[in-house]
Amino acid sequence: MIRKLLTACWAMCLMTGLASADGLKLAVTTSFHNSGLAEVLLPEILKDTGIDVQLLVVGTGQALRLGEAGDVDAILVHSKAAEEAFVAAGHGTHRREIMYNDFVLIGPSDDPAGIAGTATAAEALERIAAESAPFVSRGDESGTHKAERALWKAAGIAPEGSWYRAAGAGMGATLNTAAGMNAYVLSDRASWLNFGNKGDLALLFAGDPVLFNQYAYIPVNPARHPHVNEDAAARLESWLTSPRAKALIGGYEIGGETLFTFNAVPQ
Amino acid sequence: MNDILAGLVEAGRLVVTLDPDLIEITLRSLQVTVTATVIAAAIGLPFGAWLAVNRFRHRRATIAVMNALMGLPPVVVGLIVYILLSRSGPFGVFGLLFTPAAMIIAQVIIITPLIASISHQAIRDLWAEYHDLLISLNTTKRQRIHALLWDGRRALLTAALAGFGRAIGEVGAIMIVGGNIDHATRVLTTAIALETGKGNFALALALGFVLIALAILVNFLIHGLSRTESESRW
Repeated sequence: MIRKLLTACWAMCLMTGLASADGLKLAVTTSFHNSGLAEVLLPEILKDTGIDVQLLVVGTGQALRLGEAGDVDAILVHSKAAEEAFVAAGHGTHRREIMYNDFVLIGPSDDPAGIAGTATAAEALERIAAESAPFVSRGDESGTHKAERALWKAAGIAPEGSWYRAAGAGMGATLNTAAGMNAYVLSDRASWLNFGNKGDLALLFAGDPVLFNQYAYIPVNPARHPHVNEDAAARLESWLTSPRAKALIGGYEIGGETLFTFNAVPQ
Repeated sequence: MNDILAGLVEAGRLVVTLDPDLIEITLRSLQVTVTATVIAAAIGLPFGAWLAVNRFRHRRATIAVMNALMGLPPVVVGLIVYILLSRSGPFGVFGLLFTPAAMIIAQVIIITPLIASISHQAIRDLWAEYHDLLISLNTTKRQRIHALLWDGRRALLTAALAGFGRAIGEVGAIMIVGGNIDHATRVLTTAIALETGKGNFALALALGFVLIALAILVNFLIHGLSRTESESRW
């Protein structure tokens, strides 16, 4: 009987060797993946170019590290300063802007800090800080976290105190935390619309141009990592900047709202 | 409470409709963990027996360290395996990162000390019983280890199942080294973490119930096949 068990086990082990597929590894941010756009784009990419894109869903900080180490073939992230530093350091060949969406401020529906009527994002954050209303931060060096810190800086506030909670987690987990604490939180619009556990939270502030969130595509430098799938990365880039991608990205809606604005410049 | 109920209903729906995604990630969970358990048992069981039979200078220290390693934090193992297998790491040339093979390596590291520890305990008791007989038959160390492993096979099965149990429910390490890639390295536990992150508690719970059911099923199956508690012999 034990012999039979072992035979069955070894058969499974052998199957493991056959399971690895060839494709292009793309590190993307949690906010992009949570938007659900990937599920629309990936089958089309496979159909049009034959590239099997394997998504690694991580924060921008980790995505950049994966690119640096050569563990992925390209990255699609949203943190301009960090991306430019990445390309300047020679880890990526170039940075290509693809599309943008926007960040929104989420909070308890009764809005204790009264941010719904404010004119700018800076003013909204000032009110939250003045009221010491609970605010949950990503706190994970992701693109959203970096954007949030830049907003606090622009408002001239150094957020600290018991009302400011750093979750150290992805967008979904941070929204879960905010829903549990009934706190304010900065989220990208797509993650918020797709989020399933909204609780008493509501979208309170959006539309300030400083909240725009630019996504850019960076192929990993083949000079530094000869094993990267350079050809597929280039083909994926031309697909992502093509009219076909424009139509799919611009046409993607959740609950009747357009999420992304395509702004890649043809070459 | 409503979430739990919704999770149960969702789990039932997924299983009854034989959801293709569910079947895929369940099979991958099994494949990774069964492979890891077999490899870890192949290392851990003989090592446990060897430790029980041999007397050497730092034996106590070795056993203490092995017992301590049972509590190895998976997320740290994951990070170390990630750094080793990364393209910039020492084993980068093999391109194993973000494949099921990397997940198997991480799980083997996590469960080998557990299997070795439990099997050492079991074999040690058996060795106390067999000591005089095996010595008087003038057996070699190899023969002794072989006899102890065979006669202790039921207890060793428990050791292997404990390792399986720890590996099938593990998420910290395989999330880092596997990357949770859809259709490539997504397994039940990483899918649960992902769905929780999306706020889809019902689906996450449903996958959780499937995972628990799977663990129970595997244990029943193994016990059934090896006919534990059903015959006079043990």
